[in-house]
Amino acid sequence: MIAAAFFYLFSGICIASAVMVIASRNPVHSVLFLILAFVNAAGLFILMGAEFLALILVVVYVGAVAVLFLFVVMMLDVDFAELRQGFMNYLPVGALVGIVLLCELLLVVGAWAIGPGIVRTVVLPIPPAETVTNTEALGLVLYTRYVYFFQASGLVLLVAMIGAIVLTLRHKPAVKRQNISDQLARKKAAIIEMHDVRPGQGL
Amino acid sequence: MTLAELWGSYLWPLLIIVLQSFLLLAVLLVVIAYVLYADRKIWAAVQIRRGPNVVGPFGLLQSFADMLKFVLKEPTIPDGANRGLFILAPIVTCLLALAGWAVIPVADGWVIADINVGILYVFAISSLGVYGIIIAGWASNSKYAFLAALRSAAQMVSYEVSIGFVIITVLLCVGSLNLTEIVRAQDTGWGLFGWFWLPLLPMFVIFFISALAETNRPPFDLVEAESELVAGFMVEYGSTPYVLFMLGEYVAISIMCALCTILFLGGWLPPVPVAPFTWVPGVVWFTLKALFVFYMFAMVKAFVPRYRYDQLMRLGWKVFLPISLLMVVIVAGVLHYGGLAPK
Repeated sequence: MIAAAFFYLFSGICIASAVMVIASRNPVHSVLFLILAFVNAAGLFILMGAEFLALILVVVYVGAVAVLFLFVVMMLDVDFAELRQGFMNYLPVGALVGIVLLCELLLVVGAWAIGPGIVRTVVLPIPPAETVTNTEALGLVLYTRYVYFFQASGLVLLVAMIGAIVLTLRHKPAVKRQNISDQLARKKAAIIEMHDVRPGQGL
Repeated sequence: MTLAELWGSYLWPLLIIVLQSFLLLAVLLVVIAYVLYADRKIWAAVQIRRGPNVVGPFGLLQSFADMLKFVLKEPTIPDGANRGLFILAPIVTCLLALAGWAVIPVADGWVIADINVGILYVFAISSLGVYGIIIAGWASNSKYAFLAALRSAAQMVSYEVSIGFVIITVLLCVGSLNLTEIVRAQDTGWGLFGWFWLPLLPMFVIFFISALAETNRPPFDLVEAESELVAGFMVEYGSTPYVLFMLGEYVAISIMCALCTILFLGGWLPPVPVAPFTWVPGVVWFTLKALFVFYMFAMVKAFVPRYRYDQLMRLGWKVFLPISLLMVVIVAGVLHYGGLAPK
């Protein structure tokens, strides 16, 4: 009963804030509602007993990704009132596309059934929740059995990151930069010259 | 479901949890008041000043007087500010910081929520702390506050990465994400020398410095660098909202001290596991260790000059990140090939 009450609470807030993401006029408010939706989705994960996924969702999406969103939205000076100018003209087309997508989703998900033969051929049976915490269960599948696929996907992300850095990194020759290793490698003899200056004469 | 069942299975446990939370909150807030006083006194002693010494004997009631003064003032909201978010930001900061204490075990079994993924919960809660600062900076509609918010967002996200890797090395040695289990794993019979600070010494240092950066303590307090950004993201705040920011900041510091104690200094365990020391209750050891870590925080604040922003970023990404990544690999390798990995 309590679990059901919390389910409706979390899912209700989640859907309402998802609607507000596209409905609110201020883009910063949109991102904040997106964060609220993420947090409530994490609450739903906890209700299903997936506490590891829930907290990873909070750490990765709310704690890092959404911060970058917020960063970008605050820095960009986008006039959203201007973007909404042709809203009524595009409404019929947008609604049509939305309805088609919704129908397709309902058809696919509504007719979804797990084949009777599949259960017997599952490579890794799901361990019962009493014996293994879900952190351990995820680790056994993702980081032990499929470790090479995991590493490969990590490599793809690394390549993407290096690509983005290479595309945007520019060293302007006129700008002075601090090079810590150069600074530390300087010797006293090379940079300090001692002079014995007589009074009234100067160098 | 009858009323008796409802009482037995839901309402009575709820009442217990509420009472425990209030007890923890009351003790925590009094401790925070004196931690703030200690912070000022230590800072003053290093600079050969007297520090707060007027309100009460030795100035002991200074924090309470300050709080009363702030609460009695009129809250002002700037004209161009986003009113709702302006009020929301300090509340978010304060509540998130306090929520972290729910999973901290102050002695064996003395914890409000003994959850499986306790350390991840604390990590998640502390990574949410950045929102209070960003929202405050943006909603104030002031360029100083906004610049400070941008700095802080970059700073906190950067240092979270190295804190995450430090936590991973500890978890490798423990084999559990439960904070109580992490402390129990350090109960080796070697006392002081069995705690993780010794085998994981580089990670202890990295964690301590990253904790300073994560909580915007000096020398990493670029968020509120008063010489360049006036007072950072809280320029426009006064009275009660300001107190909430201040409180949130110190509670976040206390969580970092508690986390440092649990991960590296053996939580509630006595430093020497023989008779007179084992009679002392665990909560006393825990408090003493956490206060020792805070003393180190205060000394760093008094001794070390403020970093420049690019130096801060360099330290986080070019020094701490490679070292902590390498240490994760080394620790995992030693545990695996040395046969020391926990089962």
